[in-house]
Amino acid sequence: MTQDISSQDANNSPKQRKAVALISGGLDSLLAAKVVQEQGIHVEGINFYTGFCVEGHTHAIRKKDKDKQKRNNSLWVAEQLGIKLHIIDISEEYKDIVLNPKHGYGANLNPCLDCKIFMVNQAQAWAWAEENGFDFIITGEVIGQRPKSQRKETMPIIARESGADDRLLRPLCAKNLMPTLPEREGWVNREELYDFSGRSRKPQFELAKKFGFEDFAQPAGGCCFLTDANYSKKLADLWDARGERRYELDDIMLLKVGRHIRPKKNFKLIVSREEGENNFLRGYKKQFTSIHTVSHGGPLTLLDGEFDKDDIRLAAQIAARYSGGKNAEQVTVQVENYNGTSYVMDVPPMPADEVKQEWHV
Amino acid sequence: MSKNTLDCRNLLCPMPVIRTQNALKDIADGDTLEVICTDPGTLSDIPTWCRINQHQVISSEEIDNEIVFVIKK
Repeated sequence: MTQDISSQDANNSPKQRKAVALISGGLDSLLAAKVVQEQGIHVEGINFYTGFCVEGHTHAIRKKDKDKQKRNNSLWVAEQLGIKLHIIDISEEYKDIVLNPKHGYGANLNPCLDCKIFMVNQAQAWAWAEENGFDFIITGEVIGQRPKSQRKETMPIIARESGADDRLLRPLCAKNLMPTLPEREGWVNREELYDFSGRSRKPQFELAKKFGFEDFAQPAGGCCFLTDANYSKKLADLWDARGERRYELDDIMLLKVGRHIRPKKNFKLIVSREEGENNFLRGYKKQFTSIHTVSHGGPLTLLDGEFDKDDIRLAAQIAARYSGGKNAEQVTVQVENYNGTSYVMDVPPMPADEVKQEWHV
Repeated sequence: MSKNTLDCRNLLCPMPVIRTQNALKDIADGDTLEVICTDPGTLSDIPTWCRINQHQVISSEEIDNEIVFVIKK
């Protein structure tokens, strides 16, 4: 950023400093923003939508989840703090981070270090941040919290490679790091920042209590599906089957829905598990060949990949196995091509023990 | 005052919120935006986003699995 660091505005009044907080929706970013806000800094939030955000697409899909409270935690955090939140769609630019992480993956397909560099850089580069006179960036990182991205030795890498340098303040662990520009210039009081480190969440819970925050989100594995082993396995399967590492937004949405069954390398079935998923998958019927059972109640199934008539018959038998006619001799299914043409066929449902375990992705 | 319409059917949150946010940037203060959604998550997310960004949800109505918001900037 190029903002000046003078301490007074044009009227010789103390300059109101502004910070952009990266808001994930979790507790740490909530606390980090609050700590700085408490020091009189004007804070606004940014939330990046990567396509893999746990906050996003899942809560609306499954009907069984309908009774659960549906909220976007980043919006909830912003409301608790009384700050504006700007949600930015970076799903397209983010592909390069997922496909080619310079610093490699974590335990699964999670490119956490590259991701953080990218997001801080996005916040840094965001045109209005400079236009509106934002002075520095806040993140909720804590040294040692995450095995890959939040280590003491990686913190300077994020600051340096993102271009934020010492305009990147981590209020929850600032005392364990070198003083940043906002601290040196006295915009924030370093003594009122924190020295959290390690994987224990106790200090955060105590600080949350002090601020009176309750009901905050505690997503297991953080806020990104890429930290989830099962999800990463499905993504790796997709790349393997296609023979290349690429994805579209629809691909990564569909990895969260239904049973994924790959009886042959050239195609897989996505079989809905209940009505909510049925409704969701119905929205993809113009992009995928689909199968639904006519003679019995049953799930909607999408076919992904390349397949011939024998493959479709095999898929229909598997789909029938998950229908109300699984014990019937024959089940009638309708096969609908994405271009709208369709036909019906009768198939014997595949016995449960013939649906091989290794087919389940 | 003019009326604008945004189609967010088949989009899952937070995309309807992002589209709404971007669409509101392009309309004048006092104008309204009608947003049509199918994701039940919008019932919470769009009013919350409007509250924190000081826009007014004039109405929200569920009709045949569609949710229609009218928002005043």
